[in-house]
Amino acid sequence: MRFKSLAISAAAVLAAGSAHAQYTNGTIKIGVMNDQSGLYADVTGPGSTWAAKKAVEDYGAAAKGLKVEVVFADHQNKPDVGSNVARQWYDTDGVDVIVDVPTSSVALAINQIAKEKNKVFLGSGPASSDLTGKACTPNFVHWTYDTWALANGTGKAIVQTGGKDWFFLTADYAFGHALEKDTGDVVKAGGGKVLGAVRHPLSTNDFSSFLLQAQSSKAQIIGLANAGGDTINSIKQAAEFGIVEGGQKLAGMLMFISDVHSLGLKTAQGLNFTTAWYWDMNDANRAFAKEFAAANGGKMPTMVHAGVYSSVIHYLKAVEALKSDADGAKVVAKMKELPTEDKLFGKGTIRKDGRKLHDMYLVEVKKPSESKYPWDYLHVKKTIPAAEAWRPEKDGGCSLAS
Amino acid sequence: MLFELIGIPPQALFGQLLLGLINGAFYAMLSLGLAVIFGLLNVINFTHGAQYMMGAFAAWMLLEWAGVPYWGALVLAPIIVGATGIVMERLFLRRLYHLDHLYGLLLTFGLALIIEGVFRKQFGSSGLPYANPLPGGTRLDFMFLPWYRAWIVVASLVICLGTWFLIERTKLGSYLRAAVERPDLVQAFGINVPRMITLTYGFGVGLAGLAGVLAAPAYNVSPLMGSNLIIIVFAVVVIGGMGSILGAIVTGFGLGVIEGLTKVFYPEASNTVIFIIMAIVLMVKPAGLFGTPK
Repeated sequence: MRFKSLAISAAAVLAAGSAHAQYTNGTIKIGVMNDQSGLYADVTGPGSTWAAKKAVEDYGAAAKGLKVEVVFADHQNKPDVGSNVARQWYDTDGVDVIVDVPTSSVALAINQIAKEKNKVFLGSGPASSDLTGKACTPNFVHWTYDTWALANGTGKAIVQTGGKDWFFLTADYAFGHALEKDTGDVVKAGGGKVLGAVRHPLSTNDFSSFLLQAQSSKAQIIGLANAGGDTINSIKQAAEFGIVEGGQKLAGMLMFISDVHSLGLKTAQGLNFTTAWYWDMNDANRAFAKEFAAANGGKMPTMVHAGVYSSVIHYLKAVEALKSDADGAKVVAKMKELPTEDKLFGKGTIRKDGRKLHDMYLVEVKKPSESKYPWDYLHVKKTIPAAEAWRPEKDGGCSLAS
Repeated sequence: MLFELIGIPPQALFGQLLLGLINGAFYAMLSLGLAVIFGLLNVINFTHGAQYMMGAFAAWMLLEWAGVPYWGALVLAPIIVGATGIVMERLFLRRLYHLDHLYGLLLTFGLALIIEGVFRKQFGSSGLPYANPLPGGTRLDFMFLPWYRAWIVVASLVICLGTWFLIERTKLGSYLRAAVERPDLVQAFGINVPRMITLTYGFGVGLAGLAGVLAAPAYNVSPLMGSNLIIIVFAVVVIGGMGSILGAIVTGFGLGVIEGLTKVFYPEASNTVIFIIMAIVLMVKPAGLFGTPK
């Protein structure tokens, strides 16, 4: 076996045999694919598998006579590994839908496979806005966030408060490039300038050299177009090298609550970023987070985990309405037709190009003195309404756009 | 003149050279431990990266759970990690000395995966914060030098030269080297060779732990920190010559500088340049720059 794929049956209760006969192999099989062991494992990883199972449970699949199974695999952030797993899942293991898939390069590869096999792919983890732009397919829904929304949320807020000259530290693969481009566009549209960028390999340990280049650019804002461990190391070392003291500001373009936890509030305080979901925003989120933490070693869920939950709920809704999971494009069309609603993301819709629409939030990391209890890390500064949060459909270049 | 030719201002170049030296300090310390272990035990210690990670975590645990500050951890953590190495040698490695190198490599590789897996399960993959014990720095003509980074270079130079002196210039070192060549003869002189080998392994592992403590405030304390670094460090050892102590030190610092320069001229290649150099060195001098062909 080239990868570890543990099949765990989540809801193996079935009613009378005929109720689920129209589902392929008699089962709706959900494959959670993400980074189970690397730098994105806390952001996605086993937490996403838990969220998918929780969604199946909360949907009451068993009571409705649906037989749903959740399996998971580690794509190791490598497109070739992810593609192999996806092909095996779709072709021989009877997986009907792949969910999560952080790492845009892997997601772009799987997006094509899902289309080719006419299955379903629901992306909570990936960021590249190309997934609903020039790479869009009728088999894909981009659930939680994308590079355009991050750029639009964080980038615009910073440009409006006078941060006009930017320099980027960019992770050297599809995601970093997309985030750098989308943020650069926002900066330029707001009358700012991009002075330069340096591309670093994924999962870099030492950022001092790149930070020094950013420092000598004299840019006001150093945009971090990277994620996970790379963002953490960039911010930690920027503090050490006196970048913030020197008057330059950091902008973490993609940050997760787990990154803030790793950095500690002392280092992370004052950072602004855009998120789709925060555990401490309302009672429903807090209840979900409490259960999540109990099952995941005390960690709080990230927006990606919440997105996996929400996307699985809506998928099951569409499949149940169709009474079939066989035709992937039809299932996705049904998902776009039905309004979305669940306890974590509230009400929303899915656009023709595959973009799930919901509000986004501009948040600021609290000072250590403001944090009252564990994981009390963020202030919600502003709600960005769904109508403004996402790239207008016509600008994406997706052939499905209306 | 020269600087204009290559299109980089001298300030930037000096800054990058210094940063390269700082990174090289880690390569030197880690490859030194590997070289000591390989030179004296003939074991290719793939657990080294995990032991470096354990050093950083030991520092974190000492601080969080026992309130021991950085400077205490600098002494205690290497002892703790070294002790785990001694246990490992007694329990497992010892049984493999009469077999091919490959068995030791497989065993240590497997143990590394297990140790990293346990830490990942316990602490997650995104890492833990560890405060910088020497905040601030000094503004040089060409760059801002954090005190902590300066400390890394000084500490690493002292450790490297001290180890070299211990092994190459003292009586204890001469016993060690003799025990490698003719263990039976050294044993006949009344020296407990198995114990000496155990302690040597503990020392090499302790060096990895010490590097881990030094790394904790600068890098992210995460279960993956060792596996990211160990491959590079192995390349350093191969380039320097397996088992050569001086080779490990010189190539460690040298490759850090070369990598630093790559980050200026072509950053995308910064994580491959060391392997390109390794390939070239292996073609020209298969025993490594400082190694002696056997």
